[in-house]
Amino acid sequence: MSSILEFQNVSKNYRVRKCDIPALTDIDLSVTAGEVFGVIGHSGAGKSTLIRLINLLERPSGGRVLINGEDVTRLDDAGLCALRQRIGMIFQHFNLLSSKTVADNIAFPLRIAGRHSAAEIQKRVAELIERVGLTEHTHKYPAQLSGGQKQRVGIARALATQPQILLCDEATSALDPQTTQSVLRLLDEINRELRLTIVLITHEMNVIRTLCDRVAVLDSGRVVESGHVADVFLHPQHPTSRRFVYESEDIDEETMVTAFSHVSGRLIRLTFRDEATYEPVLGRITRQCDVDFSLLTGRIDRIKNVPYGQLVLGLSDRDSGRNINEALRRFREEGLVVEELN
Amino acid sequence: MEFFTTLPWPDIVEATFDTSLMLGASFVFTLLLGLPLGILLFLTGKNQILERPRFYAALSFIVNVLRSIPFIILIIVLIPFTLLLIGTSLGVAGAIPPLVIGAAPFFARLVETALREVDHGIIEAVQSMGASTRQLVCRALLPEALPGIIAGATVTAIALIGYTAMSGVLGGGGLGDLAVRYGYQRFQDNVMIVTVALLIVMVQILQMIGDRLVLRFSHK
Ligand SMILES: Nc1ncnc2c1ncn2[C@@H]1O[C@H](COP(=O)(O)OP(=O)(O)OP(=O)(O)O)[C@@H](O)[C@H]1O
Ligand SMILES: [Mg+2]
Repeated sequence: MSSILEFQNVSKNYRVRKCDIPALTDIDLSVTAGEVFGVIGHSGAGKSTLIRLINLLERPSGGRVLINGEDVTRLDDAGLCALRQRIGMIFQHFNLLSSKTVADNIAFPLRIAGRHSAAEIQKRVAELIERVGLTEHTHKYPAQLSGGQKQRVGIARALATQPQILLCDEATSALDPQTTQSVLRLLDEINRELRLTIVLITHEMNVIRTLCDRVAVLDSGRVVESGHVADVFLHPQHPTSRRFVYESEDIDEETMVTAFSHVSGRLIRLTFRDEATYEPVLGRITRQCDVDFSLLTGRIDRIKNVPYGQLVLGLSDRDSGRNINEALRRFREEGLVVEELN
Repeated sequence: MEFFTTLPWPDIVEATFDTSLMLGASFVFTLLLGLPLGILLFLTGKNQILERPRFYAALSFIVNVLRSIPFIILIIVLIPFTLLLIGTSLGVAGAIPPLVIGAAPFFARLVETALREVDHGIIEAVQSMGASTRQLVCRALLPEALPGIIAGATVTAIALIGYTAMSGVLGGGGLGDLAVRYGYQRFQDNVMIVTVALLIVMVQILQMIGDRLVLRFSHK
């Protein structure tokens, strides 16, 4: 059992004016120890609700939430406090104590836990401040820091008690793109070096793309698609997932379809992954099969550590399509994914 | 010149001393009673961590009743209670119970408001660390709300100056008593003027101390 966190048939309703409004329905998820698991969804999809069920800031209305195989809803008060000390959390609006300095904010969870001597706390706080790169800001108050620096304090604070799981509720949504990247890099470092499991929720594809190993797409309180990030985002099955991909690539699906309808020949989407991304496969095979191609759109990039290329091509030949079929067969043979668009 | 020579200086000094004493003692007891009451109001309020709608409604009602009774009437209503507690309803000591009971509910409301100003996200963050309610209140909520609570305490102290003057009229002693005896009964305007001036100085000093402390503890 390497699954550190599991949702089994979880549902959550909110009571609003004597009516139960469902926020989450039939959620089944399993997070493996050491991975970065992302949940993406539009506003109101239920992301915050989902992540808050993990440390019981909200109680599920049905189903079970298991951490290390233990049903969290059955814990008593002391058990809940102990559980929460093993789960760190960071927030969109940082939620630092404005009355405490950076050092005191980071020491706070250790003081709450009450198991550490003053000397231990001081040492641990110094380590953490160094790790998040805020050494010269140790004695400042949160109001004197920038957003990115505040989130670094938030991260250090969440790591203070050496948790097993880190929950991130839209941790970068209040930051500019550059700061977002630096915070994501820090989270990635922490995940690799500390083997810390991270569960994050976001509405930004970019966050999923840079940080996550697996992703679940949440729509109106249901998981509509989940899997490895590259699988889900190179071949999205559900309309919601597709919309996220197009949004992140600034593609308007309709414009694209109308534009491509003028193209003669067969419309093909080719997807390369890993080493194949850098091989001259396309040129070689089209030349060998005597097929012409026009490159319509495409992207060469990485999803976390996986390099990939995804190209939309218009293919034509002088042999009523037989050469094209041969080319497609060879593409598949090389391990590329071939999808016909028209 | 006559304005100063006819002033009863020993009486004025004593009255100022008495007022300060009443103010100091009743202020301390008001804080001791009002702070827990305010915390309780906050915690049991709507959408708060110890939400108890009926308890809150009952407590809230009592606080409102005490706040809506004019202070001069409260003193009279409380005479039996004061006699029971202190043994006399006169003098500095006799003035303190009604002062505290008049001011504590007022201060409690200000504490409740100050606590409500604390960002709910902070409460959530502290809960997510596994803090008990007691730790949440003592280590997070009170420090975060401290500037607001100090501002509330300042307003309360200044309200108490007004109350002490009133209780002076009903046998409490102090500057209020002085103003009535000399200014009202003997038409000595100069005593009245000096009394008012002293009260103004007291209010100014308290406000200044309060403002300084708020600034000192505010890191927003
Ligand atoms: N305390 C609450 N009481 C009633 N309804 C709630 C409560 N919290 C959330 N909801 C509802 O549950 C649904 C999911 O909310 P949630 O905050 O989980 O969405 P989200 O995906 O985090 O959205 P966002 O990206 O805007 O933060 C929404 O329709 C919201 O109105
Ligand atoms: Mg949210």
